[in-house]
Amino acid sequence: MIHAEIEKAIRQVINNKRRVLTNEADLASYSYDASFGVFLPDIVVQPTSTNEVVGIVKLANKYKIPIYPRGRGTSLSGGPLPVHGGIVLDFSKWTDILIIEPDDLVAIVSPGVITADINKKANQFGLMYPPDPSSSHVSTIGGNLAENAGGPHGLKYGVTKDYVLGLEVVTADGEVIQTGGRTVKNVTGYDLTKLIVGSEGTLGIITKAILQLIPKPQSTGTLLVLFDDLIIAGRAISSILTGGILPSKLEIMDQASVVAVEQFDPSGLPTEIEALLLIELDGHPAAIEAEAKRVKEICLEIGAIEVKIAKTKEEEAELWKARKLVSPAIVRKKPTKISEDATVPRSRIPDMFQRLKEIRDRYNIDLVVFGHAGDGNLHPNIIADKRDIEEMKRVEKAVEEIFKAAVELGGTLSGEHGIGTMKAPFMEMELGPTGLSMMKRIKEAWDPYNLLNPGKVFPEPGQRFVLTNE
Amino acid sequence: MSRSHLLAYEETFACVQCGYCLPKCPTYETTGVETQSPRGRINLVKLLAEEKISIESAASSIELCLGCRACETACPTNVQYGTILQSAKELIAKEMPASKMESLLLEKGIPNKKWQKVAGRGLEIAQKTGMVSLARKAGIMRVFPDSIQAMESIAPVIKMPKKKEREYRVLPPIGKKTYTVGFFVGCIMDMMFSKINDDSMKLLQLAGFKVTLIEEQTCCGALLHHSGKKRETIALAQKNIAVFEKYDFDFIVNSIGGCGAMLVEYPELFDEHSEWRSRAEKFASRCKDISVLLAESSLPFTKEIRKVVAYQPSCHLQHVQKVINEPHQLIKKIPGIDYRLFENQDMCCGSAGIYNVIHYNEAMEVLDQKMNHIEKVVPDIIVTSNPGCHLQMKLGVRREGKTEKIKVVHIVELLAEACGIS
Ligand SMILES: Cc1cc2nc3c(=O)[nH]c(=O)nc-3n(C[C@H](O)[C@H](O)[C@H](O)COP(=O)(O)OP(=O)(O)OC[C@H]3O[C@@H](n4cnc5c(N)ncnc54)[C@H](O)[C@@H]3O)c2cc1C
Ligand code: SF4
Ligand code: SF4
Repeated sequence: MIHAEIEKAIRQVINNKRRVLTNEADLASYSYDASFGVFLPDIVVQPTSTNEVVGIVKLANKYKIPIYPRGRGTSLSGGPLPVHGGIVLDFSKWTDILIIEPDDLVAIVSPGVITADINKKANQFGLMYPPDPSSSHVSTIGGNLAENAGGPHGLKYGVTKDYVLGLEVVTADGEVIQTGGRTVKNVTGYDLTKLIVGSEGTLGIITKAILQLIPKPQSTGTLLVLFDDLIIAGRAISSILTGGILPSKLEIMDQASVVAVEQFDPSGLPTEIEALLLIELDGHPAAIEAEAKRVKEICLEIGAIEVKIAKTKEEEAELWKARKLVSPAIVRKKPTKISEDATVPRSRIPDMFQRLKEIRDRYNIDLVVFGHAGDGNLHPNIIADKRDIEEMKRVEKAVEEIFKAAVELGGTLSGEHGIGTMKAPFMEMELGPTGLSMMKRIKEAWDPYNLLNPGKVFPEPGQRFVLTNE
Repeated sequence: MSRSHLLAYEETFACVQCGYCLPKCPTYETTGVETQSPRGRINLVKLLAEEKISIESAASSIELCLGCRACETACPTNVQYGTILQSAKELIAKEMPASKMESLLLEKGIPNKKWQKVAGRGLEIAQKTGMVSLARKAGIMRVFPDSIQAMESIAPVIKMPKKKEREYRVLPPIGKKTYTVGFFVGCIMDMMFSKINDDSMKLLQLAGFKVTLIEEQTCCGALLHHSGKKRETIALAQKNIAVFEKYDFDFIVNSIGGCGAMLVEYPELFDEHSEWRSRAEKFASRCKDISVLLAESSLPFTKEIRKVVAYQPSCHLQHVQKVINEPHQLIKKIPGIDYRLFENQDMCCGSAGIYNVIHYNEAMEVLDQKMNHIEKVVPDIIVTSNPGCHLQMKLGVRREGKTEKIKVVHIVELLAEACGIS
């Protein structure tokens, strides 16, 4: 419970009843994200200006109340959860600025702007904002920046951090700083912009961003390639890339995903294949045509059993349908989906698939694997029922092993979903004690009272990995 | 004791809280609070089942749901939001005194044919809707002055001749007979827009259907259902199923997105494996929106309509009946029409049964957003597919001061005009 005096002060900062929420239903509605865990905040505020954020942070400092920034709550790692109670700072209403400056190739945005809207507006100027997390039509740019979100475009175009030129940030003591600027080249001092990006709201609060845009490729083309051997699929990926072609997307689906999709909405995909690659090329139509031909040759030479090239936009959409249907298809079996994003170096993809197969058998879990093969960012998805405690315990163990496997193969815990609460217990495994301690020192320097999103990124004493709410 | 057995508790687990439904939810878009989103509502129903929040808290969110079911179409994991919502409404109806006006309207008003006739005549004189005169009698005018005044301003001129009973009869097909159709008129529709029903039947005739209008049919029960009145809804459903069974029509056709949705969901009112369930399934499988039959037929257009047209789909037509393309196809077929799509076209207009009367302010926020998007394509005509949406769009046009410039018509009226039916 937040003291009445503090609530009054908050209401003075945010002078609009509709943007300060304290009733039971509202608090319950900001107690979750798209991951696990439920924590009630004491109050939810919806700022729409930097001044309001400054005011709230100053109050939080005065009364030592934790603050949790929140976008649209689509985090898969517990990022915005108010684990110690306090103030949820919900940015979803702050969408007033979305300016495209075509001559500088930049976009200037408020933190609550929906990511897909940025790209949509950029498209009107023949430009694009490439980072494309699959949640981009729901999630906010603030959340994307804080999680350093990425998507299929990562392979060719990089991820969120590659498109941030400058930020406006409110620090833990309520000061406003500007990092970076609006030029691609900028080496003045430490790169605080990149430090804030991916910091999950633990170092500062993003109140404005200057993003880089690029010219939009004229066209796209899509290929579907089937393999009866996963190792060969892995080799095909390398051969395409070393063959001088950089696809704009290169996605993989394993047999279990294909089977699930075929059972859900049959489209005639052979279910005995071991893997399927979906490849998107972009650029000039003539170049796409030539490259598609080349990709086809490479894949067939290496041993693909079939290659389909989409001839029309409709056919392109049809080929991507299988990938889109994975999520609805797999949850038909059981309702709980644990979506991981362990990432390995490209060359280790076949090894990772092998490890995942072993983990699936050892813990007797329902596991399907798909993801961004081009950059090694796989999405092992476990399907379970969170009411089945015994099963969830097995799943917890399996997920731990998935993390271990990724790290052992030279990869990382998280390619794009972030650490949040969920993966904090594994930080030391990947970073080592010194690596983690260096990060901790940064956190302590920026936020000495641990007011910004406490309980995230760094493990709390005795914290272990859990997937149940109890 | 937990309330989980009273609510669609199991169904709430299908929600993975991904938030994909948020941008499609009109109440989330206008309020900007998670509490008024599908994800928020499902969570509150779950918490209510677990006795973790009060029923008042859950009701504060459930009551403002439009029931448009856009969230179901958006959901990647196929969450049965309609079932979850319905269970919550039923519990709330049982445990909380319903808002006076709503229950008054529903219980005394809509399903009672006798009342309809009385009200219809009263309306004819005063050119007011039943809701208005009834509400006035009950002195509710003072409580909801804005909503009543707004409804008054858009209430259609009721064309219900004094003692006219509908002519219940068979309309033979014009040209070669294809299928037999039993026509479902809908109570509010027939009271306020009987001409649309007349035009519908003529169009079906022109398209080669043998159309029969049977007198024994009754209200579909949708408004009662949306207020959580299950028992009363079942009674109406049984009556409709039983009377239409007697005729064995190939199709049971209506021109009302909302009623049509109720009809196709009749099976869900009954226990699985019960006799009524299978009768309801048979009934539901024959129920079709008029646009589905007309889109597959060839209509003899005789007139060009050189106008810019925008179409506001009925939520229950698209999200429950899953009739999405047919109305677009039909409009595009009309000679001369300049058909334009607009942003967030598939989003609810805020009418939602009688939501706009009970939750006037919230409904107007949804409506204003809708009008913003529609006006960008500068239409001469806004086409609708449900009487509630029709009134709401008229209200929207009036609020923008465009009553002279923009005409609101039901899709059937537009087709009828193009086919020379008047
Ligand atoms: C179905 C589904 C698919 C997804 N696909 C992808 C994908 O392909 N790629 C990917 O990278 N992610 C994906 N995600 C994860 C998620 O969408 C991203 O992490 C996204 O960036 C979160 O954005 P949000 O607006 O929902 O933020 P939230 O989830 O609300 O918050 C995320 C984090 O950002 C912090 N934060 C939010 N706003 C600010 C701010 N203004 N200043 C400082 N910190 C802030 C929060 O404290 C929290 O730590 C997916 C999620 C779902 C449910
Ligand atoms: S039915 Fe409509 S208003 Fe209700 S939660 Fe779903 S989208 Fe929102
Ligand atoms: S889209 Fe479906 S699963 Fe996702 S939050 Fe909405 S209801 Fe839940």
